Amino acid sequence: MNSAFPLMANSGVAAASSTDRTTAHTPAMTSSGANTLRMKVTKVDFYYGKNHALHNVSMDVATNRVTAMIGPSGCGKSTLLRTLNRMHETLRHTRLEGEIALDGVNILTLDVTKLRRMVGMVFQKPNPFPKSIYENVAYGLRINGHKGRLDDAVEKSLRRAALWDEVKDKLNKSAYALSGGQQQRLCIARALAVDPEVLLLDEPCSALDPVNTAKIEELLFELKPTCTLVIVTHNMQQAARVSDSTAFMLNGELIEFSPTGHMFTTPSDPRTEAYITGRFG
Amino acid sequence: MSVRLAWRKSLNVFMLSLTGLCALLTVSALFFILGYLIWNGGKDLSWSFFTRLPAPVGEVGGGMANAILGSLKLLLLAALFGVPIGLLGGVYLAEFGGRTVPFLVRYTADLMNGVPSIVMGIFAYALLVMPMHHFSTLAGGIALGIMVIPTVLRNTESFLRDVPRARREGSFALGANKWRMVATVVLPAASRGILTGVLLALARVAGETAPLLFTAFGNRYWSPGWMQPTSSLPVIIYTYATGPYEDWHRQAWAAGLVLLGLVLITNILVRAFLTRGTAYERS
Amino acid sequence: MATTPKAATPTEFIATPRSFLRRWTGADEIAHLITLIAAAMLLLIAALLVYQLWIHSAESRARFGWSFFVTKTWDPVAGDFGALPFIYGTLVTSAVALLIAVPLGVGAAIFLAELAPPKLSSSLTFVSDLLAAVPSVIYGLLGVFLLVPLMRTNIQPALKKSLGFLPLFKGPAYGVGFLTAGIVLAIMIVPFVLSVSREVLLAVPRDQREAALALGATKWESTWKVVVPAGRIGIFGSVFLALARALGETMAVTMVIGNNPKIAASLFTPGYSIAAVLANEFSEATGNLYLSALIELGLVLFLLTFVLNGLARLLILITTARGSGVLPT
Repeated sequence: MNSAFPLMANSGVAAASSTDRTTAHTPAMTSSGANTLRMKVTKVDFYYGKNHALHNVSMDVATNRVTAMIGPSGCGKSTLLRTLNRMHETLRHTRLEGEIALDGVNILTLDVTKLRRMVGMVFQKPNPFPKSIYENVAYGLRINGHKGRLDDAVEKSLRRAALWDEVKDKLNKSAYALSGGQQQRLCIARALAVDPEVLLLDEPCSALDPVNTAKIEELLFELKPTCTLVIVTHNMQQAARVSDSTAFMLNGELIEFSPTGHMFTTPSDPRTEAYITGRFG
Repeated sequence: MSVRLAWRKSLNVFMLSLTGLCALLTVSALFFILGYLIWNGGKDLSWSFFTRLPAPVGEVGGGMANAILGSLKLLLLAALFGVPIGLLGGVYLAEFGGRTVPFLVRYTADLMNGVPSIVMGIFAYALLVMPMHHFSTLAGGIALGIMVIPTVLRNTESFLRDVPRARREGSFALGANKWRMVATVVLPAASRGILTGVLLALARVAGETAPLLFTAFGNRYWSPGWMQPTSSLPVIIYTYATGPYEDWHRQAWAAGLVLLGLVLITNILVRAFLTRGTAYERS
Repeated sequence: MATTPKAATPTEFIATPRSFLRRWTGADEIAHLITLIAAAMLLLIAALLVYQLWIHSAESRARFGWSFFVTKTWDPVAGDFGALPFIYGTLVTSAVALLIAVPLGVGAAIFLAELAPPKLSSSLTFVSDLLAAVPSVIYGLLGVFLLVPLMRTNIQPALKKSLGFLPLFKGPAYGVGFLTAGIVLAIMIVPFVLSVSREVLLAVPRDQREAALALGATKWESTWKVVVPAGRIGIFGSVFLALARALGETMAVTMVIGNNPKIAASLFTPGYSIAAVLANEFSEATGNLYLSALIELGLVLFLLTFVLNGLARLLILITTARGSGVLPT
C-alpha cells in the first residue's frame, strides 16, 4: 500500500486530510531539501480563443515525486501540462490567467528558453529528430553551450534513460532505426541531457506496447530521486502504479487532487469515484 | 550562461527579422513592378491605343489594336487545341486509368511543364512552320496550346480526385454506369476548379513571348488570316522595348501595362473565385 | 457486366435493366478510349518534341560531334559553330540568380511558414504567386529601362570600388551583362523557391518543432537546426526547380545580357545564353547548318531542364510525399 506522500490538493475539493499532513514530514521528505514544492499552480484559467479550457485550477507539484494527471479526453490535463513549461505559447490565440511558480518564481517572468531547459517535456508520440542517436541527445546540450565533454554527457543521459546498453554500439545510426519504445526513451534521454528539474510527460506510453510501457514506467521510478516528474495518462492503472499523487480533471476543472493511494481507494468526490470505477470516460 | 543566452536571444530576433525582410522584399517586388508600369505606361494609354494600328516609324501616335486582336486569336487557338486534350486526358487519369499509363502521362506532363518556352517555339517551328514554309497564327496558337496541356491535365485530374467518394457511390447506387457518373456527377462537381485551372493556364501563356518569335512572328498590320503571321502583345513589347525609337519605348510601356493588367486581373479573380469555391464546398 | 446470367436469377424481372446496362457498358468503353487517346496525345507530343529536336539537329551533330560543346567560336558567316559561350553564359547567369534567390526565397519561406500569422502568410503567398505569373517580357522591360541604367551608373561602379580586386567585378560598366541578367533572373525565380520551400516547411511535423522548443531552443534555433534540416531535401528540390526555370528563361535574359558570345570571368561582361541566342538568331538563321546548330542548342537546353526537373520532382516528392503542384506555381 502506498504511503501517503506530501502533497496537497488545494483545489476546489481539498482532499488532504490531517493524516496526510502529519505523514508529510517523513525523513525521506526532509532529506530532499527544504523546498518540497517544485511547482505551484495557483488559480489558473486558460483559454483557446473563446474556449475556456481550464477553470480556476490550483495544484502543487512536489519535488522529486511523480505527479499524475488523469481524466477523460478533452478534460484539460494535457493543456495544464503544457502550461507548466509554457508550450501553450506555440499555439495561437491562447490566454493564461493566474500564476504558475517554479521554485517560487513566476514562470511568466522567466525567460521562456531558460524555463523550458529547466522544465523538459516528452510528448505523446516519440518525436526524435531525423538525426543520429548521438545528435538527438546532444541537441539540447549544443544549443545551451555545454561545457565539458559532450560524449560523457550523452552517455550519462542515455544511461539515465536506460537506453545506453541497447544503443552504445550504434550511436551514429539514425534515431528512426530504433523501435517505438526505444525512440520514446531516446526522447526522454534527449530531455534529460540538459538536466531539467522537472520533466513533463504527455501520455508517453500511449503509442507503445505493454513491454515498452513497463520499461518506461520502471524508468520513471529510477528517475524519481533526481527529477520531479509530471505525467499525463489516460490509463488509470498506470497512474496508480507510477505516481505518488494524482489529479483528476473533468471539463477543465481539477476535481480532486490527493495522494494516489487515497485517490484510488477512497475518493472524496463522487465524480472521481464514478470515473475510476468506470462509469464514464 | 547569461551572456550566451543574451547572444542566442539577439541572434533569434535578428534572424527572424531578416526572414521577415526577405518576405517583405519579395512581395514588394510585385507592387513595385505594377507601380512602375502604371507610372511609365499609364499616360500613354488612350482609346486609340486599343483601336488603331501601329503608326509608321517616326510618326507619333497609333495603337496596338492588331497586337491585341492577335493575342486573342492566339489564345483562342491555344484553348481550342490544348484544353480538350488536357481535359479529357485529366478525366482519363482520374477515372479510367490503370497503373502504368497514368504514371507515364503524369510524369511526362510534369516534365513538359518545365520545358523552356523557347524550346516549345523551336518544336512548333519544326512541326508547322518548316513544312508550311511560312510563319502563321496557327503555328503560334499550337505552340501555346501545347504549353496549356500539362497544366490543364494535372489540374483536372486533381480536382476530379477531390470529388468525394460518397457522391460517386450515390450515382452508382442509382444504377448509373461509369461514363454517366463522370459526366453528370463528377465533372459538374469539379467544374469550378477545372475552369479556374484552364483560365490560369491561359493567363500564363498569354504572356509568353519566346514561343511566338518564330511561329506567329509579328505583323505591322492586321493579320489577314489564320495561316498568316500575326502581331501579339508580348512580341510587340519585346520588339518595341529593344527598338531604337523613343516613341516605341513609350508604346512598349503602355502595352506592358495592358498585358500585366490582364494577367494579374485574371489571376486575382480566378484565385479568389477558386478559394471561395473550395471553402464553400468544404463547409 | 456482360456475364452469363445465373440459373437462379429471376430473369424476367432483371432482363430490362440488364440490357440497358449492357448498352451503356459499350459507352463506357468508348469514353475510356476517347480519354485514353487524349492522354496518349500528350505522350505523342512529348515524343515528337524529342524526335524533332533530334533529327533537325542531325547536320550539326554530324559535323561538330562532341566538339560542339567545347568550341568557343560562333561564326555564322564561316559556318563555324560552338556552344561553349552560350552554355557558359547560361550557367553563370543561373548561378548568380541562385546565389541571390535561394537565401531570399528560403528566408521568406521561413517567415511565411514559421512566423507569420496564418492570414498574413496566405495573403503574402498569394502575392508571391501573382509575382510568379508576371510575364517574362515585363521583367525584361523593367530590366532594360530601369535596371540596366542603374547598374551602369550606380551599382557596377560601386562594386568596382569596393570589390574591384576580385576578377568577378572588373572591366567597363556597360550595364548589360552576366550580373544584370542574373539579378533579373533572381527576381523571377524567387517566387518558385518561396512557394515550394514554404510547402516543404509546412509539411515538417509539428512535433519536431515542439521537441526543440521543449528543450529550451529559441524559435530561430528550432527552425534553423530542426525544421529546415528536416525539409532540406525538399528545399533542394525547390532550388533545382528554380534552376531549371532560370536555365530556360528567355526574354528577360535576352533583353539584358548583352548578346555577345564571349567567355570572361568578369560578371560585368556582356554575354549570351542558350535561350537568348535562340530568341535572337533563330528566325534569321540562313543555311541549314546554322539552323541545325541552333536546334542542337535547343536540344541541349531541353535535356538540361529535363534532367533538372526530373530531379527536382523526385526530391520534392520524397519530402512532401505528395504529387506535383495543382496550380501552375
